[in-house]
Amino acid sequence: MSKERIQISEALYDIMPSDYQDLVKSATYGKEDRGWKDIGSSKELIEQHSLCAGCPESMAFRYILASLPNPEDTVMVGSTGCTSLVFPMVAVHNIHSLFGNQNAIASGLKRALSVRFPDRVKDVVVLAGDGATVDIGLDMTLQAWFRQEKFTTICFDNELYANTGGQESGLMQKGFVAKMAPVGKLFDKVRLPEIARESGCHYVVNCTVSKPSLVEKVIRNAVHIAREIGPTYLQLYTPCILEIGKNSMEGLQEMRDSEKPTERFAYKEYVSEPAKQLLAELAAKDKERKAAAKQLAGQA
Amino acid sequence: MAEVKSLIGTQNKKGQTFTDPWKMLHEAPRTPSFYTGSEVIKEAVRRSSCDVMIAYPITPQSEAAALIGELFAEGYIGDYFRGESEFAVMSQCAGAAFGGARVFTTTAGPGTMRAMENFPMWAGARLPIQMIVTCRGINSPLSIQPDTLEIAYLLNTGMLVWHAETAQDFFDWILKGFMVSEEPDVHLPLALCCDGFFVTHTKDVVNLTPTDMCLPPYDPYRSPVPCMDMECPPVRMMRDPFVMKSNYISYATHASWQQEIWAAIERSRKHSIHWLNGLIDTENTDADIVIVASGTAVSQGREAIRLLEDEGVRCGLVKIKTLRPWPEEEIREATKNAKHIFVPEFNVTGWLAKELRASIPNPQRVHAGPHVCGGMTMPPEIIVSEIKTALGMKSFSLAGRGS
Ligand SMILES: Cc1ncc(C[n+]2csc(CCOP(=O)(O)OP(=O)(O)O)c2C)c(N)n1
Ligand code: SF4
Repeated sequence: MSKERIQISEALYDIMPSDYQDLVKSATYGKEDRGWKDIGSSKELIEQHSLCAGCPESMAFRYILASLPNPEDTVMVGSTGCTSLVFPMVAVHNIHSLFGNQNAIASGLKRALSVRFPDRVKDVVVLAGDGATVDIGLDMTLQAWFRQEKFTTICFDNELYANTGGQESGLMQKGFVAKMAPVGKLFDKVRLPEIARESGCHYVVNCTVSKPSLVEKVIRNAVHIAREIGPTYLQLYTPCILEIGKNSMEGLQEMRDSEKPTERFAYKEYVSEPAKQLLAELAAKDKERKAAAKQLAGQA
Repeated sequence: MAEVKSLIGTQNKKGQTFTDPWKMLHEAPRTPSFYTGSEVIKEAVRRSSCDVMIAYPITPQSEAAALIGELFAEGYIGDYFRGESEFAVMSQCAGAAFGGARVFTTTAGPGTMRAMENFPMWAGARLPIQMIVTCRGINSPLSIQPDTLEIAYLLNTGMLVWHAETAQDFFDWILKGFMVSEEPDVHLPLALCCDGFFVTHTKDVVNLTPTDMCLPPYDPYRSPVPCMDMECPPVRMMRDPFVMKSNYISYATHASWQQEIWAAIERSRKHSIHWLNGLIDTENTDADIVIVASGTAVSQGREAIRLLEDEGVRCGLVKIKTLRPWPEEEIREATKNAKHIFVPEFNVTGWLAKELRASIPNPQRVHAGPHVCGGMTMPPEIIVSEIKTALGMKSFSLAGRGS
C-alpha cells in the first residue's frame, strides 16, 4: 500500500474522527526507522483499547505495532480472546476468524499474497493468546511451522484463558489452582519455545514485555527472518492481572519478577544459522544506511 | 472490474485465453469425453483460473483433490497444498480468500462435519470460496458410502448450496458457480454437492469446453468487504469492538449482518437463474403425480417415471438444482397441479421433503420417500413401489425387502 493513499478530503477534514485525523497526519507508515520511541509523538497504529486497565497486553500491542518494519504492507491475524478486543482498533488490516485457527488462516493468507504480489513484500503476523496458540490451535500452530510457512507467530502468554474468565491453559504453571483446574494444574507448562525450535522455527524468543526496546528488537528480527527464511515464534509474557489478582499498577512488576534469570520468563533466544547470517547482513546494511544518512546530513 | 474485462482475450502463463464466461460456456465448441466425476472436477478446475487449492484426503473426494494437485504441478494453479485436517483446510481456504485469491477445495462426510465451524464464518466474512462436497455417510458406525445427510447441515450455514445430478452438471456448475458466488451483491461461499461414488467414481460422457480457454481471474476489489491485502487504507474499525460482551451494538451488528447474509443468498437467485437456466428443471408437471428430487435421486426418479409409464401411470418430475437459494416460488408453481408429491432421498431424515412441506400449500400431498441411506443404491423399482403403494395400487413384492 502506498501511504499516500491514506488521505482525507479537505472538505471533510473537520468532521472526520480525531483518531483518523491523527492517523493521517502522524502515522508512521513508510518510516524506515519507526520504533517504540514514536509512541506518544506519532501514531503507532493503535488508538484506544478496551482491555482491563493496566493489562500488559495493551503495552505489548503498542510496542509491537510501533515496531513492525513494514506496517503499510503487513496483515495481522488474531484469534478469539482478549486480543480480539483490541484488533478492531488497530490500523493495519487484520483478520479475526475463529478460535485457534490463526496459523491456518495465516498460511492461506501468506500464500495468497505471494501468488497475487510475487514481486512485493507482504508481511503476515499472527498474534493470539496461549489458549489459541498452544491448546485449541496447537495442531495448526505446529503444522504451519513444519510446512515452513513464512510468517511470525506471537503468543501472548498470560498463562490462562482470560477472556472466558481464567480457566486452565496448557501454558499455565503446574499446580496453579484455576477454574477448571480445581485441584491445581496437573502437568507442566507446555514447552512451546523448545517445540518451536524443533518444529522448524528459525527464530524463537521467550521473554516479557517489560522493556520496549527489547520488544522492538525481537519483533523486527522475527518479521525479517520470517519474510526471508521461514517461520518465527515469540512467546511474550503478558500477565492477566485480573485473574492473578493484581492491581492495574502491578503488571510491570509482575513481569520484572518473572524475567529474573531463574524464573520462567528469563530471556531466551534461539536463532538458526541461516537466520544469524541474515541478521548480520541486515545489521551491516543498516549501518551503511545510517552512515550514508549522516554523511548526507553533514553535506547539507 | 475494468482491469478484469481488459484481460479477456489475453493469455495466462499456460497459454490459455481468458474468455468471456458466457461465451465459453454457451458458444464455445464442446468435446465429448469419457471421464469419471473426479476427472471432470479436475477439468473444470483447469479452466477456472484458480489461485489457491487446499486439500485433505477423504473418500470419495481424495482422487479429485489429488488430480487437482497434478494441475498445480503442471502450472495451472497458483498454489496447492495438503492441510492438516479439514478444519485447518477450511481455515487455510479462508485465509487465502481473505487475501484476495480465487479458492477451491473439496471434502466429504466426516470432513464436512469436522470443518463445520468454518462455513458460517466463510459466509459471514463474505468469502466466495467454492467447496465441492462429494457426500458420504457421517454417522457412526463408520461408513464410506454415499449418503446426503451432510447437506442437511450445510443448508443453514449461509452458504449457497447446489446439488449436482451428473458429471456434466458438475463440469458446468463449477465454472458457473464462481460466476454467481463472486458477484458483488452475492459474494458468498458455494457448497457444490454431489452424491459421492455415484457421480465421482462412475464414468460418463461429458462435453467439455476447449482446454485453451479459461475464466477471467477473480477481482478481489469487487468484494463488498475490504480485501485483507493492505491495498486500501485500513481504518480502525470502531472505538468499541462489537465483540464486547453486554454491548448492545454487538447484538444489533450481528443481527443485521446475519440478515444481510440471507439477503445475499436471495440476491444470488437472479444470477443463478441466469447461469443455470432456472433453479429447477421440470417435466410433465401437469400430471397428478410429481416426483421432486435433487442429486442422483433425480436420475432414479426419471427411470421410475419410465417404468410407471409402461404401466400407464403418468408422472411428472421436478429437478431441484439449488437448495440455497431455495426455489420456493418455482416449486410452488411446478407442484400446483400435483395431488401426490414423492420425494426420493439418499438419506434417513428426509430433509428435502421437510423443506418442501414447509414451502407449499397442502403439504399433506408430500410423501416423504422412499429413503435409502448408509450408501444403499435406490433401484427405480423402489420409487415405483412407493408410489403405487401410496396410491393404493397393487405393487409386486421386491426381492429381499420382505414386502
Ligand atoms: C471453538 C471455541 N471454543 C471455545 C470458545 C470460547 N473462548 C473464547 S476466548 C477463549 C479463551 C481465550 O484464551 P487465550 O487464547 O489464552 O486468550 P486470552 O483471552 O487469554 O488473551 C475461549 C475458550 C470459542 N470462542 N470457540
Ligand atoms: S482479562 Fe486479563 S488478559 Fe484480559 S484484558 Fe483483563 S487483565 Fe488483560
